[in-house]
Amino acid sequence: MGALAAGVLIGPAALDPGPVLLELLDRLPFVDVDSGLDARGAAIVWELRLPRAILGALVGATLSVAGGAYQGVFRNPLADPYLLGVAAGAGLGATLVIVTIGSGSALVPIAAFAGAIAAVAVAYALGSAAGGRRSGVTLILAGVAVAAFLTAAQTFVQQHNADSIREVYSWILGRLGTAGWSEVAVMAPYAAISIVVIIFHRRLLDVLAVGEEEARALGVRPERVRAAVVIAATLGTAGAVSVSGLIGFVGIVVPHTVRLLVGASYRWILPLSVVGGAAFLVLADLVARSALGPAEIPIGVVTAFVGGPFFLVILRTSRRSLS
Amino acid sequence: MSRVAAAGVSVRYDGRLAVDAVDLTVLPGEWVALIGPNGAGKTSLLRALAGTVPFEGSIEIDGIAATSLPRRTAARMVALVPQQPILPDGMTVLDYVLLGRTPHLGYLAVESDADVAIARQAMTRLDATDLEGRRLGELSGGERQRVVLARALAQQSAVLLLDEPTAALDVGHGQQVLDLVDELRRERRISVIAAVHDLTLAAQYADRLALMDGGRIVAEGTPAEVLTEKSIQRFSGARVSIVTGPGGEVVVVPRR
Repeated sequence: MGALAAGVLIGPAALDPGPVLLELLDRLPFVDVDSGLDARGAAIVWELRLPRAILGALVGATLSVAGGAYQGVFRNPLADPYLLGVAAGAGLGATLVIVTIGSGSALVPIAAFAGAIAAVAVAYALGSAAGGRRSGVTLILAGVAVAAFLTAAQTFVQQHNADSIREVYSWILGRLGTAGWSEVAVMAPYAAISIVVIIFHRRLLDVLAVGEEEARALGVRPERVRAAVVIAATLGTAGAVSVSGLIGFVGIVVPHTVRLLVGASYRWILPLSVVGGAAFLVLADLVARSALGPAEIPIGVVTAFVGGPFFLVILRTSRRSLS
Repeated sequence: MSRVAAAGVSVRYDGRLAVDAVDLTVLPGEWVALIGPNGAGKTSLLRALAGTVPFEGSIEIDGIAATSLPRRTAARMVALVPQQPILPDGMTVLDYVLLGRTPHLGYLAVESDADVAIARQAMTRLDATDLEGRRLGELSGGERQRVVLARALAQQSAVLLLDEPTAALDVGHGQQVLDLVDELRRERRISVIAAVHDLTLAAQYADRLALMDGGRIVAEGTPAEVLTEKSIQRFSGARVSIVTGPGGEVVVVPRR
C-alpha cells in the first residue's frame, strides 16, 4: 500500500501530495471533496500515475509468485518465471512484429503473449515426451533448449533488421512507461488466475519439497501439481510480458528474500511474494522514472541494479537456509 | 484376512529385474523383516508396496487391489519411511510432521486444528514435542529419524513400511525407535514391513523374517528358521555364528 501510494504521489510533474490524495478520495463512492487539482493534474493522477502503479503491482506480484512457485515445483533455487522459455518466446514474437510492423503496433503484446505460451507448450511437450512426467529436471532441460533456440532465432531476426534494434532492445529491457488502464485491464485477469491458482497449491509445494518419491508415498502426483503450476505461472508471466516486456530479476529475488526472512514453507513464501513483488516493482518503477528525470531508466535495469545489492545484504545478514 | 497380500510382484528398472515374482502376506499387527544383502531388492519391494514405483503382479491391502485405489486413498493405508528421507533444511519440524496429513486432505485443502492435534500427538509419542519449532537442518541424526517417524505416524495408516529405520542411529536410539514401532503395532494392530540390516535386531523384533536375494524371497519363517549359519553364509557371504541369548533370542555374531 505504501509503495502504491508513493507510486501515485511521486512523479516528474510536481503535484503536491495533499491534493493528489484528495483527488483519489473524491473518486470513492459517496465521497465528494474538491482536490483543487486542475484538469491536467487530475489527468496525470488518473491516466498516468495510478494505472502505472497498479500495473507495476500486478506485474511484480505475478512475476514473484510465479518465480516462487517454479522454485518449489522444480526444487531448484535458480528457477525464475522465464525458466521454460517464456522470455525467449515472447522476445521472438515481439521482435517479429516490431521489425515487420513497428514498435507501436497493437500486435506487439499479442505476439509476445502467443510466443510465450507457444514456447512453454513446446518445452513442456518435449520435456514430457523425454520422461519429464516423472522428473522436473527433464522439463527444465527442455525449457533451456527451447529458450536457446528461440533466442537464436530472435537474435538472427534482430541482426537482419538493424534499424529497429533500438526498439527491440527497449522492449526486451521491459518498461511500464506505456501503461494505461487498458494494460491494467489486460493484465488483471491473468494476474488473478495465476496468483489464485498458485497460492492454492502452496501446501502441495511443501509436499514436493520432500522429493517426488515421498510426495507420491503421501498420495500426491507430482506431475499433476507441476502441470497446474506451470500452466498458471505461464499464463500470468505471458500476460506480464505482453504488457511490460521482459522485466528480469523480480521473479528470482523477491521469493528468495521472503524465504530468507520467513523460512522455507511455501505457505508463507507465496502469499508474501505477491505483496513483496508488487511493492518491489512499484518502487523500482518509481526509481526508473524519477532518478534521472525526465528521462526514464529501463525498469529491468533498476530491478537488477537496486535488487541485486539489496538481496546480497539480506543473504549476508539472514541466518536462514535457502532450501 | 491378511492386511497386505503381494502375489507375483516384480519391479523393473529399465528392464533390469530388481524384484522377481515375490509373494508375501502380512497379517494385521504382524511385523515382517526383510533381510538380505545389498541389492537384494528389499527397497524396491517396499517401493512397490508403497505404490511409488510401477510393478507387475498384484498387491492387495485389506483385500483391495492397490492399483485400483486412488493414490491418496492408498496413502491413507500405507506409510513409507524411506532410507534416506529428504528433509528440507529450512522447514520447521511441525510443518514437516504435518505433511503426513496430506492423504487425509483434499487436493487444495490446508490442515485443520484436528490435523495439527494429530501431528502433535505423533510428536509427543516420539518424544519430539520440544523440537516443534526447530528447523530440520538443525536436527541431529537421531532427532531426524524421530521426526520422520512422527510424519509417518501422523499419516495414521494401517501399514508401516520402514527402510533401514535404524541405519543412521546408534544402538540406544535404534532400540528406542524399534521399541516404539513395536508398541504401535501392538496397540493399533499396525502391520510393519521393515528392511533391516542388523540381523540380531531383525530377529528380536520381527515375528517373521523374509530373506531376499537376487530379487526373490529365498527363505521365510521365524528368526530361528531363517537365520542359520549356512543360509547367511550362502546369501550374504558373511561368516557368522548363531548364538542363543539368555532370553532364548537369536543372536548373530560375526566371526573373523
